[in-house]
Amino acid sequence: MLRRTFLGMLGAACVGATTPGKAGAAGHEFKGYPGSKGVLFDETRCIGCRKCEAACNKVNDLPAPEKKFDDLSVLDTKRRTDSKTFTVVNKYEIEGKGSVFRKNQCNHCLEPACASACFVKALTKSPSGAVVYDASVCVGCRYCMVACPFEIPTYEYDEPLTPRVRKCTMCAPRLAEGKLPGCVEACPKEALTFGTRDELIKIARQRIERYPDRYLDHIYGEHEMGGTSWMYISGDPFSKTGLREDLGTKSAPELTAGPLAAVPMVAGLWPVLLGGIYAVSKRKDKVADEERKDAVDNAIAKASAEAEQTLSEALSKADVANKRKIEVEVKKAVEEALSAKDADEENGEESSEEES
Amino acid sequence: MATPGNNGPKSVFNTFNLVAGTIIVIGLIITVIRFYKGIGAVTNLDDNNPWGIWIGFDLLCGVALAAGGYTTSAACYIFGLKRYHSAVRPALLTAFLGYALVVVALLYDLGRPWRLPYPIFYQHGTTSLLFEVGLCVCIYLTVLFIEFTPALFEWLGMKKLRNFVVKGTLALTILGVVLSTLHQSSLGALYTIAPSKLHPLWYSPYMPLYFFVSSIVAGLSMVIFESSISHKKLHRMMDEEYLKHHDSVVLGFGKACSLILFGYFFIKTMGVAYGNNWHYLASGYGVVFLIEMLGFVALPCFLYAVGVRDKNIKLIQRAAVLTVIGIVFNRFNVSMIAFNYQLPSSERYFPTMMEIGISVFIVTVGVVLFRFITTRMPIFFEHPDYKGEH
Repeated sequence: MLRRTFLGMLGAACVGATTPGKAGAAGHEFKGYPGSKGVLFDETRCIGCRKCEAACNKVNDLPAPEKKFDDLSVLDTKRRTDSKTFTVVNKYEIEGKGSVFRKNQCNHCLEPACASACFVKALTKSPSGAVVYDASVCVGCRYCMVACPFEIPTYEYDEPLTPRVRKCTMCAPRLAEGKLPGCVEACPKEALTFGTRDELIKIARQRIERYPDRYLDHIYGEHEMGGTSWMYISGDPFSKTGLREDLGTKSAPELTAGPLAAVPMVAGLWPVLLGGIYAVSKRKDKVADEERKDAVDNAIAKASAEAEQTLSEALSKADVANKRKIEVEVKKAVEEALSAKDADEENGEESSEEES
Repeated sequence: MATPGNNGPKSVFNTFNLVAGTIIVIGLIITVIRFYKGIGAVTNLDDNNPWGIWIGFDLLCGVALAAGGYTTSAACYIFGLKRYHSAVRPALLTAFLGYALVVVALLYDLGRPWRLPYPIFYQHGTTSLLFEVGLCVCIYLTVLFIEFTPALFEWLGMKKLRNFVVKGTLALTILGVVLSTLHQSSLGALYTIAPSKLHPLWYSPYMPLYFFVSSIVAGLSMVIFESSISHKKLHRMMDEEYLKHHDSVVLGFGKACSLILFGYFFIKTMGVAYGNNWHYLASGYGVVFLIEMLGFVALPCFLYAVGVRDKNIKLIQRAAVLTVIGIVFNRFNVSMIAFNYQLPSSERYFPTMMEIGISVFIVTVGVVLFRFITTRMPIFFEHPDYKGEH
């Protein structure tokens, strides 16, 4: 890989890492694209007729189901969306109230977990409000499915070559033509209302205000997971109709902002820190080496000085001894010479006496 | 000293080759089914459980257990602990093979594996932690390969290239630690996006830190564990230099493991306190959590400490085995056991025999490659031409 490419990617990683970091700053609330569309589902109006399922199947060209859409016995078992079904209506028995129906499909989050989790940007939030999927770049890692708190994206597991992630598209192609989403158009009871998200919130509030006995004072999706484009109102706690009420109001990008923000810091600081540790340990080794060398030098110097001293002492001692020896020798020689002279003189006297 | 090439097992049909061969043949058959009929034909994955054992074991555990590469080389080259030098090459080789096999395993799990380079070269999903994981693993695999090449070049007798690479050791090591820090922690961070799916005892904003810290222990323990096996099976390939330092490496790593496990236990407890999740300890998942924390963190921490105090190599090796199992247990908990805890048991995931078969197959390929390389290249011994040249 070219160094420039690498640096470019690192830069890209850093930019990507800091953007949600900024978005995650205190007080952040993303209201979605201005004028973006959504759907409001009214649980109190739904009768479980499955007309929306049939319409969805038709407009998305999905394969025919095992049991026909007018067969309502399927409502007796809990179902979820799958790669051939983008929406399902489930029946929930509420004590003292009887059956309640809820439609399930992609909620088209304002800041979708799937889109922020996708590492090729195959999933994106479009300005129309729909979260759309581009199969032409999808690698098939299925992190979007792990990330989605509503368990919506599904996968074509039996497709060996071209498996796709499948989910409700809010009928984005139809929206582009100015049409309603298939399910909304098909609903005979106006349980589904299409409009801009802001309008929908107003409508929901009006209904709740007008019929306080009929509705709970809660628009599900107004704040859940940072807000969704598809919202729900109901007369029963949402947890009883299969919607989790413990998801919190933090959007997915906020959840991962911390770890992502740490990336450039690690990339920037670690080399400095590790380089520093390396330098310190190396310097320590060097100092230790120098100290060892100095100590050895000192020891050698000391030893040689001592040796020299001993030598000179020995030499001077030897000198003294030599001098003394010489003196002794000289003395000896002198004495010998003198004694020899004396002897000569005596002899001479004797001989002269003899001569005379 | 051992010389490469001529002292392998005598017959081709020894137990090791027969077992490994069988596993590989079975693995290849499953491979054909997987790529011919699709992921659904061989796995129990479904719309609720998109990630199974191929991610939980092959990726998460594989990457953690291959962390010996960066920890050992950092100890030796950055922290200047020269006595660990003999452990660097086996650790780097394990890491390189580990990461290479993680990528191979990923090819099974991805729906369109040939698009694996897309996030790096085609369209960057920079808001994704998986993008970071992918980018780091890609670069780190390259770094590990370069770090490993000196052994290869020595074996092939390419002196100039070898010396050129050796010059870059420090830079490569630092790059390796940076990349490892990032992707090891990002594997934990992958799950920060799903607080509603991961049990509160495991979910924590500190998950990236947990994964990073435990990867250090995993790497060091794996070096100890693997060296004890190599000692038995590949003793003939080890030179005096390696054997002389082996015990001191085990002691040093054991000490480090004990300390880090202590710290890890501490920060995990802090995580429970931070989320005020104490009451979950009394539940079924609480028992699993306690087994993980007491049996596979606190206990090996203690055993390591005793082993180091008594200079008991056997005990340290046992603590290493316990730690390695503990890391696997932890990654399984995060990715499978405590993940999707909100689903009824009928919708939970359990791997098929074929999924397990592929994981076993990949580990076996790793062991075979490790054996092939260590019985030929200068891994456990210094090449005679480059003795003491480090």
